[in-house]
Amino acid sequence: MSTDTVAVLIEHRDGAVTPPSLEALTLARSLGTPIALWLGDAPAADAVARLGEYGASEVRVVGIGDDARLPAKAAAAIAAATEDAPVLVVISTFVTKEIATRLAVLNGAGVVVDAAGASRVDGRIETFQTVFAATWNVRTRIDAERAIVGVRPNTTQASPAENPGDATVTQVEVALPQTRERLVSVEPVEQGEGVPLAEAPVVVSGGRGTNGDYTLIEEFAAVLGGAVGASRDATDEGWISHEHMVGQTGTTVTPALYVACGISGAVHHRGGMQASGTIVAINMDPDAPIFEISDFGVVGSLFDVIPQAIETIKAHRGE
Amino acid sequence: MRILVTVKHVPDLQSNRSFTDGTVTRTAEDGSMNELDEHAVEAALQLVEEAGEGEVYALTLGGPDAVSAVRKALQLGAHHAIHVSDEAVAGSDVFGTAMVIGAAVRKVHAEAPLDMVITGMAALDGLTSMFPTALAAELDWSQLTLASAVSVADGEATIERHLPDAHETVTAPLPAVVSVTDEANKPRYPNFKLIMAARKAEVPVWTLADLGIDPALVGGGAARATVVDASERPPRENRRQVTDKGEGGRELAEFLIEKGLA
Ligand SMILES: Cc1cc2nc3c(=O)[nH]c(=O)nc-3n(C[C@H](O)[C@H](O)[C@H](O)COP(=O)(O)OP(=O)(O)OC[C@H]3O[C@@H](n4cnc5c(N)ncnc54)[C@H](O)[C@@H]3O)c2cc1C
Repeated sequence: MSTDTVAVLIEHRDGAVTPPSLEALTLARSLGTPIALWLGDAPAADAVARLGEYGASEVRVVGIGDDARLPAKAAAAIAAATEDAPVLVVISTFVTKEIATRLAVLNGAGVVVDAAGASRVDGRIETFQTVFAATWNVRTRIDAERAIVGVRPNTTQASPAENPGDATVTQVEVALPQTRERLVSVEPVEQGEGVPLAEAPVVVSGGRGTNGDYTLIEEFAAVLGGAVGASRDATDEGWISHEHMVGQTGTTVTPALYVACGISGAVHHRGGMQASGTIVAINMDPDAPIFEISDFGVVGSLFDVIPQAIETIKAHRGE
Repeated sequence: MRILVTVKHVPDLQSNRSFTDGTVTRTAEDGSMNELDEHAVEAALQLVEEAGEGEVYALTLGGPDAVSAVRKALQLGAHHAIHVSDEAVAGSDVFGTAMVIGAAVRKVHAEAPLDMVITGMAALDGLTSMFPTALAAELDWSQLTLASAVSVADGEATIERHLPDAHETVTAPLPAVVSVTDEANKPRYPNFKLIMAARKAEVPVWTLADLGIDPALVGGGAARATVVDASERPPRENRRQVTDKGEGGRELAEFLIEKGLA
């Protein structure tokens, strides 16, 4: 392996390239020459153009459908399709972390997941990440010949390549292994309007303090162009679906702005949002732990604070 | 139904967790069993109870203090405890860890076949969720991860898993490595009689020699990645807190506008 090819596993929804994929391609450009790996039906011309615009010289398409949901199958497909790429960048999700692990067992790669960035130092890949609920910064060097980096959404600013070219599309045939696991059913989760939680630039979350009424949280999220999050107590109560849960066992988010409304800031919750850019908290209890990590805190009721904040923002915008 | 549960001794979430020489600082006083592993123990106990027969093994890998994690599992009702401990394992990455725990699982499996290994979905110190997958690959067993429900019938395990984009049902033949989320169950409380018994229980300690593993294959030296720098993050600067006396929402909006966030 003498090439500096960096493969990027592209995430796509309804045929469109997701924003984190463009961030991953941008990061990959700083590590070598990116190629895009696309699992699923061949991408449409505009998706290929998008990938080219962000620096992919080639789009390799592996036509596996729902099988890609089984980590062992997806890993085998990726291993076969990216043999010539010593570095692979994926977007860290529960599923890709499993794929990366399987892949590393197949090809001996060193893996760092949940990275906030990566660079090449003396020929090796070094990653940057925050750990322990974002209280520590860690740099890790991957010593193995092959490297797999899982990057978190919103940690690289996506920017088009300076000299973009046309990406060529190659269909790659791979023989998929038999796996013991079998998908019995896959029930898609209704995606509400707006950006998915993990990749949203703004997240407005509501906890037990909402008393089950998410109207204001939704409205505030809409005004700020963000997604709606929740604490586990709120999802446990059935006030909002589990997919909205932010935290160690829910979705980890790193938006530019995180607004916690009626959330105490238990360590489990903080673990999933503490690395956010700016943190704002609205809570009636001046001693709530969430205030220890917030850039701006309002001691007060969210039912008073949010409507006034929305009104002020709208007035400022002349709406 | 014979199930082995892996449990991890982790620094207390509330404590000031830190790094020493590139690895997580471990101290005796502030450690506890990884909270999510309580759900793994509970899932194992429930499956054995449903089957009406069987045993639960609790296994931990770590220094001398880590034994407290398996004692906690005994308090909850695990029948046997195993402590794998060897200085040469220190600094191992997830693949080294899976190699060592995999060898210990095979040793138990050789005495009488296991049906399952159950783990928590993540250790709340590293949170990578990679270990269950690495262990399934190491053992070459079925992999059923992030389960919010587990059932067993006719030599097959079936799980439900809730991913952000879809709810999946996945099935695979036993033996399987299963990881469970905190949605899977509500862990029971330690039982007083078991607490007393767990305190006195003899916990065998297995070393790499007992497992037939070459120390050169594990530990920091064999890790595929090395922490080259770890530093505590400075606290957030210029933090502001206001009390709402009728103007809190406006002040918040002005802060967001000033910062270019609204
Ligand atoms: C293994 C494990 C994993 C967990 N994982 C997660 C996780 O991933 N994510 C997560 O969130 N939790 C998780 N938890 C749960 C976590 O420990 C807390 O119980 C939970 O986060 C608390 O939710 P909350 O802040 O909404 O509720 P509470 O702690 O009850 O806080 C409610 C807050 O609302 C405030 N309030 C009330 N009324 C108002 C009002 N009108 N206006 C403003 N403020 C108001 C109160 O002052 C209080 O601070 C986990 C727990 C365990 C054991």
